[in-house]
Amino acid sequence: MAKRIDVSGLNAYYGAHKAIDDISMTVEPRSVTAFIGPSGCGKSTFLRTLNRMHEVTPGGRVEGKVMLDDENLYGSGVDPVAVRRTVGMVFQRPNPFPTMSIFDNVAAGLRLNGKYRKSELKDVVERSLKGANLWNEVKDRLNKPGSGLSGGQQQRLCIARAIAVEPQVLLMDEPCSALDPISTLAIEDLIGELKERFTIVIVTHNMQQAARVSDRTAFFNLAAVGKPGKLIEIDETERIFSNPSVQATEDYISGRFG
Amino acid sequence: MDYSPHPTTAPSPPPATGSVSGKAVRPGDRIFLGLSRGSGIALLVIMAAIAAFLTYRSVLAISGDKSNFFTTLDWNAVGTEPKFGIAVLAFGTLVSSVVAMLIAVPVAVGIALFISHYAPRRLASPLGYVIDLLAAVPSIVYGLWGALFLVPHLSGLYGWLNDFLGWTGIFSYSNGAARSLFTVGILLAIMILPIVTSVSREVFLQVPRMHEEAALALGATRWEVIRMSVLPFGRSGVISASMLGLGRALGETMAVATVLSPSFLINASLLDPGGGTFAQNIASKFSEADTFGQDALIASGLVLFVITLLVNGAARLIIARRKEYSGASA
Repeated sequence: MAKRIDVSGLNAYYGAHKAIDDISMTVEPRSVTAFIGPSGCGKSTFLRTLNRMHEVTPGGRVEGKVMLDDENLYGSGVDPVAVRRTVGMVFQRPNPFPTMSIFDNVAAGLRLNGKYRKSELKDVVERSLKGANLWNEVKDRLNKPGSGLSGGQQQRLCIARAIAVEPQVLLMDEPCSALDPISTLAIEDLIGELKERFTIVIVTHNMQQAARVSDRTAFFNLAAVGKPGKLIEIDETERIFSNPSVQATEDYISGRFG
Repeated sequence: MDYSPHPTTAPSPPPATGSVSGKAVRPGDRIFLGLSRGSGIALLVIMAAIAAFLTYRSVLAISGDKSNFFTTLDWNAVGTEPKFGIAVLAFGTLVSSVVAMLIAVPVAVGIALFISHYAPRRLASPLGYVIDLLAAVPSIVYGLWGALFLVPHLSGLYGWLNDFLGWTGIFSYSNGAARSLFTVGILLAIMILPIVTSVSREVFLQVPRMHEEAALALGATRWEVIRMSVLPFGRSGVISASMLGLGRALGETMAVATVLSPSFLINASLLDPGGGTFAQNIASKFSEADTFGQDALIASGLVLFVITLLVNGAARLIIARRKEYSGASA
């Protein structure tokens, strides 16, 4: 269910502006990899290149290779739509479909993928909501609109929606930055459970969060405003936070800049 | 959040006198309050005056009508035995407007989606201008174009419709000039296209990026993004746009009067000439009517007003019923 990501020589552009420069890294399956770094360093852009969401932004363009096990996501003949069905994504602000019920939100991805019988859909929706630790809170109101839930519940609904299609990889773009501390804790616990089944990549501005949830941490930085972001180093989370090999990383995590 | 060790403190201006007593109401506030309250009251007074006038003249007309005002298939509002009714006008107005909506709304939604989500930017804005330009054409020009171009060119299509769908009764056609309610509907469709298109386009452009990305990230194709995110979000906007268009179609006068060959008959076939609409009937009869004849026409105008109100109310109900699912609460 989980695949390894192997990125080499990746550049991403917005029109003429180069947003990230020559990034290479490996993301291990069934683990959590956190991206940290100051604003504008390209970590979100890089995350969005991993499921080909970067190119839906007008002017968005990518060079380089992203291997998912032995398939290049940017190879010729690869359908970006199929990539996004394999690599799921959770966004910064919870974005359930406002016109759909809780049930339909979770079932949305399945319905895109083909015909399912009602009973199959029910099973998958229940399993996904349980997987997102939301089932007990919503099981009595599955046909109510998803936009009626609290922010933290909405975000778990989005996670349920993303895992319902059983992706290989789950990308999370600052999934807790719009949530209160209790909801954040619920999501962090959930991430710990989900890594048993999925390869997880999470972008976060919260270094304690990176330290709490991730196995490996990648630090991104940019030379100056307007310059492309670069990967400074990636290592075991424990090492990054105790004894990083690059001075800039230590300066960042000890709060000396950023 | 700024956790920097050197918080910046903005220099605050020195307090003026330290006293907080003073006049509670400033003249500017008072003048503006008077102006806005006055405008609000004036609007209500004007509305009430129009309603009172329409109702008063209508009561005179309807009480003088020697036949049933709602069912009579005739319009004879002169002499000692006036007999007139709105049945034909109501039928013609509703049928031509419904035809116009059935044609215009799908096309308008299609154009709006093309401009907002498919067309390259270089093509999208000129296309938008051209559509908006359609709204600037005076309705009499539409009427002339309809009468001189559309009518002669539609007979062929109507003959074809008659061959294949004539058995339905609605599409039977007997080779006259195509000055029919259906032709009026087609013309009205073209006339309301710009307003429905531009309002729908604005709504589609306002769909939050995050809703579209939610669908994209699940592996939705462009059409699936539109179906899952754009159309549900734009739904109430499209209904409002359609109602604006319907309002124009119901009340359109000159273009209808120029194209239609009126008669006081309800004909099941929409392709054959005949029928009439409220606005067209008022326009073509008003100048020759005596005072009572005018009252009769005003009464029909009141009915049109009520129909328009009902249609708008129905649209609001549709929108309100789905409110908790609307994108506005997200």
